[in-house]
Amino acid sequence: MTTRVMIKVQDLAGGYRDNLILDGISFEVYESEIFVVIGTSGCGKSTLMKHMIGLIEPDEGRIIIDGDDIRRSDESQFKRFLRKIGVLFQAGGLLGSMTVAENIALPLTEFTTLPPRLIDSIVEMKLNLVNLGGFGNRLPAELSGGMKKRAGLARAMALNPKILFFDEPSAGLDPTTSADLDNLILHLNRTLGTTMVIITHELQSIFTVAHRVVMLDSETKRIIAEGDPRDLRDHSRNATVRKFFNRLPAGAGLPEESK
Amino acid sequence: MKSTEKTTAGYAIEVQGGETTVHLYGTMDYSSAPGLVRQIGSEFHPPSGAPVVVDMQRVPYMDDFGVLVVLELKKIAAERHADFRIVGAGGRVEETLFLVGFDSLGKSYEINEKRQGIMVRLGQATIDIFSEFKYMIFFLGSICIALFHVFIHPRSLRTGDLFLYMQRAGVEALPIVGLISFLLGLIMAFMSSAQLQQFGAGVYVASLVSLAMTRELGPIMTAIIVAGRSGAAFAAEIGSMKISEEIDALTTMGFDPVRFLAVPKVLAAVLMVPLLTLFSDLFAMAGGLIVGIFMLDLSGRAYVAQTIYTLTLFDVFWGVGKSFVFAFLIAWIGCLKGFQVRGGATAVGEAATSAVVSGIFMIIVADSLFAVILRYW
Repeated sequence: MTTRVMIKVQDLAGGYRDNLILDGISFEVYESEIFVVIGTSGCGKSTLMKHMIGLIEPDEGRIIIDGDDIRRSDESQFKRFLRKIGVLFQAGGLLGSMTVAENIALPLTEFTTLPPRLIDSIVEMKLNLVNLGGFGNRLPAELSGGMKKRAGLARAMALNPKILFFDEPSAGLDPTTSADLDNLILHLNRTLGTTMVIITHELQSIFTVAHRVVMLDSETKRIIAEGDPRDLRDHSRNATVRKFFNRLPAGAGLPEESK
Repeated sequence: MKSTEKTTAGYAIEVQGGETTVHLYGTMDYSSAPGLVRQIGSEFHPPSGAPVVVDMQRVPYMDDFGVLVVLELKKIAAERHADFRIVGAGGRVEETLFLVGFDSLGKSYEINEKRQGIMVRLGQATIDIFSEFKYMIFFLGSICIALFHVFIHPRSLRTGDLFLYMQRAGVEALPIVGLISFLLGLIMAFMSSAQLQQFGAGVYVASLVSLAMTRELGPIMTAIIVAGRSGAAFAAEIGSMKISEEIDALTTMGFDPVRFLAVPKVLAAVLMVPLLTLFSDLFAMAGGLIVGIFMLDLSGRAYVAQTIYTLTLFDVFWGVGKSFVFAFLIAWIGCLKGFQVRGGATAVGEAATSAVVSGIFMIIVADSLFAVILRYW
């Protein structure tokens, strides 16, 4: 694994209006890494992602993506930043009035000077990449949940961004589809070397795809664990972390407390 | 995971033993591929029929944009009826070619759907119109049953919603209905006064304005305004609920969505539109009165007396009765279009537009029927 830092989050504090959800968050994500942010519901995972993709500004701290400090005030820098990232939203975020192919072609026609013939080829390849070959003419409403996510992923990857963000990719998917999506993430990471940041709380996904995880805690609003998911499951001293990895209710005692 | 050191991409051509070998080298990605495709398109002209071999041994990294280069070479070979093959693609490059389905590219994907024959489309359109009509009648039946149910069990009426929609469709529409009617009365009186004055019949302006408004224009104008304001709102509200599965949720909880959503809207419209029509009539007469006083030198009393003399109670009831029917049509069509929404945000917009257009159409059709009925009364 390279040690080139792709994302650097420094002393981030943020949330919505007066509601502070994250405080003193710092971590680094390396190039070509699959980095997973985990935590119980309401701990601020999605908020952290919204900060990282520039949708909401942090109250304090800095986020540096591939050497650029994200600040909405610097418009040209912000646009440059947006070209480096792709985001897969929970429900896919596809535009309902356009076919899947048109959705994927949208960033290509807007931000490249490729002739339509090549754009069609790229769209076809993106669809094949996400195993949706032949579905280009469908409207998003005609797709299943898993297909919508894959189509959303194809659109997020349209311009081959350096970093892909996934907001709960397995949410609402059956185990097989969810495993398919995990495989796809691994394949894309291996072949294209894209850095990936995934927000999830699906244990199976975490163990399958994560190179490294950070765990957020809703009480302290801070990171309470960082490292390899298996290590954390087996050796973490933090009760919250072990409960999370062992699927135990928050109020339960730990069977391995003495360990 | 390996780090990808970027190297300049390019190609070299070697012709040997009747084969043209294209040696690709360097990182072929989003930034380098488009230029390379253009270059190859203009520079690469292999002899016809001679096999084209693409050597990818020196390509350390290739993404799907890089595949465009190989695809371009394949296309050129195909145009010259030459065999095409790839050699030296290993590891990640081979995997990329596999993942993008290189071998089947250009086959599985067509941007334009094939157009069907005119008879098929005509037939399909006819079937669509009939099924739309069938659903309209079905929905009308559902509303009637739901209204009947509410009539028998008044406590099942959602009175909170009823008052809310009465306020939205009625009270909040009063300023715009009032203003438009006032101006309409003013214009009508102004236009007719120029003609009637020539015959010394200025006082008949009051008759014209009051009769035209109470019988025809009052109900029609009010209904059109309410269709634009509330018909569209009903369709958009129900449509949004439809696509966010709120209606499915209501059904699974045991509610009848028509009774829950449509009945308060229909009742609110039916109660408020006739009242708005009466206001519309009054405002228009006030507009006519202004013209009568300031342009025709009529006294206010004379104008009002002429108005009362002209109007019969039948005229007023006829207008109000029509507006009662118009209101039902607006709410029926608005709710119907909402329930018919399928798909996403665009469909909601289309439903709102369609609710207004169809609503106004239905109003005009109904008004024509009323005119015929009145003729043979």
